[in-house]
Amino acid sequence: MIVAQAVELQLPKIEYVSILPTLALITGALVILTISALVPKRMPEGFWTAATLITAAATAVGAAFQWRSINVAGARSAIASAVVLDGFSMWFAVIAASTVALFALIADGYVQREGLGGPEIYVLALLSASGTVLMAQANDLLVLFLGLEILSISLYILAGFHRRKIESGEAAMKYFVLGAFSSAIFLYGIALTYGATGSTRYDSIQTYLKLTPEESEAGVLVHVIENRGLVLAGMALLIVGLAFKVAAVPFHTWTPDVYQGSPSPVTGFMAAGAKAAGFAGLIRLLVIALEPIKADWRPAIWALAVLTLVVGSVLAVVQTDVKRMLAYSSISHAGYVMIGLWAAGGTGGSAIDGVIGAQYYLLTYAFIVLGSFAVVSVVSGPGDGATAIADFRGLYQRKPSLAVGFALLLAAQAGVPLTTGFWAKFAVIKAALSSPLDRGLGVALTLIAMLVTAVGAFFYLRLILTMFHAPEGMDDEHLDDAGTVAVLVRERTALAVPVGTGIALALSLTMTIGAGLWAGPLLNFAAHILGR
Amino acid sequence: MSGFLREYLLVVIFAAAGLAFALGSLGLGALIRPKRPTPQKYVVYESGVDPVPGGWSQSQIRYYIFALLFVMFDVEAVFIFPWAVNLEAMAVFGLIEMLVFIGILALGLVYAWRKQVLRWV
Repeated sequence: MIVAQAVELQLPKIEYVSILPTLALITGALVILTISALVPKRMPEGFWTAATLITAAATAVGAAFQWRSINVAGARSAIASAVVLDGFSMWFAVIAASTVALFALIADGYVQREGLGGPEIYVLALLSASGTVLMAQANDLLVLFLGLEILSISLYILAGFHRRKIESGEAAMKYFVLGAFSSAIFLYGIALTYGATGSTRYDSIQTYLKLTPEESEAGVLVHVIENRGLVLAGMALLIVGLAFKVAAVPFHTWTPDVYQGSPSPVTGFMAAGAKAAGFAGLIRLLVIALEPIKADWRPAIWALAVLTLVVGSVLAVVQTDVKRMLAYSSISHAGYVMIGLWAAGGTGGSAIDGVIGAQYYLLTYAFIVLGSFAVVSVVSGPGDGATAIADFRGLYQRKPSLAVGFALLLAAQAGVPLTTGFWAKFAVIKAALSSPLDRGLGVALTLIAMLVTAVGAFFYLRLILTMFHAPEGMDDEHLDDAGTVAVLVRERTALAVPVGTGIALALSLTMTIGAGLWAGPLLNFAAHILGR
Repeated sequence: MSGFLREYLLVVIFAAAGLAFALGSLGLGALIRPKRPTPQKYVVYESGVDPVPGGWSQSQIRYYIFALLFVMFDVEAVFIFPWAVNLEAMAVFGLIEMLVFIGILALGLVYAWRKQVLRWV
């Protein structure tokens, strides 16, 4: 029998400004879905893109309101301490808004070419972005899990969005099975951490882990930590679950297949959005909740960073498919962000520098990778199949603007100075070197990162050179042949860039080169929002 | 052994115990059970019925769509019961929140209806 008990129900005060970006994204998605269901007439294709762009703009405005609120009332936790409102969460709301806007612009031309039109792809992207925002501001393991699932479930469907392509279904299947597996591992980590510390809230976990045995015996808290084994196992499982999402080696095996099989715009969105979300969750979890046991997680993150950097770059060299190559390159980029994360556990100034570097890296990488996949989605052609490096041969002759744009973005990924890619690498490595206590490990990490950057320069440059190389059938001896060859050349030359994709590429280049040449404002702002 | 490493010992013991349980129970079964294979025993088990043709056959997807819609409203009930018990305490605010929740779910139903999911094909 259940006995009714008069328990006073405490409703948390809901501060709506703390969840404005999430609200904007979800409302936008629901409005788009409702319009598509209720309006009997077929909407023009551009309508859904426009609606998504408006939602992304509303999200950015929401983030601006948050920033004003932070300036007035300071960074704080809200809604029963389930979420945090601070500069870090605002920064990731901006990343989510930018990724979803760029994605909508790229997807516009793509879905029309592939005959996949309709509102669904945009709705799923908006919902996925709301998961990113939620993960960045989670102050509770369960809210983090909620954000992770909102993000992932939308991405599973997006990966299989090209219904007639078997590779797309394969990508969705692989991503779903492995993703569900990693979610289960993550959930087990939550259970163990809760069991060990008695709370799922970051601040409570931190307070609990900080307690020395004397304090807990003196009755400051009711729990007594008898054995740290439980919390260490929980920590390990939490890291594994999120390392899967950010594609860190050795949890990266799904990445090449899923990146190759997914529709090209979706791959870009995945690389930008899911990586930012995973790292946002990981950074806040490790730097806030598990800060007292950083002596335990830092070696693990150090090893993950080294493995991710080396394996990502080395395997990218041997790829013959551009999407697979970009997949391995994105793995290696995750390694650079991990350097920032490792530094974020350091002492003194390096801690905040590490977070600054990581968040700056994730924003700039989002623009670079979405721009890159904008080019890939055009060059891959009808059916989204022509993604071999050979298909990029002579891109300069077919469409000079695309080739030059892609070359600049690849240079930025390689870390060439005067691009944001350089400043991002610079920021994380500077943070790794500024920790006075463990300079040796920091220097080792830096040296490995330098070597890996050299390897990266090789495969990025190879692709750039391929693009500027004349394609077969266009060098002099073939041009003399009459008839068939001329037709072949004309066919290969025709390459129309949809308006939206062009705008997305232009935006991406403006950000990458603009903030690369004039780096001060963005770098300073990244530091400023963390109170630097 | 240092205290630092000793703390990790629990993790190792935990993992070893899990592995030992799985391997032990399967291994023990393999050791003590009689082994008399007949052709019937090697047939794939399919709820007691003899399996017909291969494994690659098309199956009806329409049931799954209905099942998905059912789960949506099934889960809704899970949230509505505790809400109903505490409605007095939550007053108007609680009512509005639940209406928003049901509204969002109803949008899903409207979408499914317009996409012809409710039609039995």
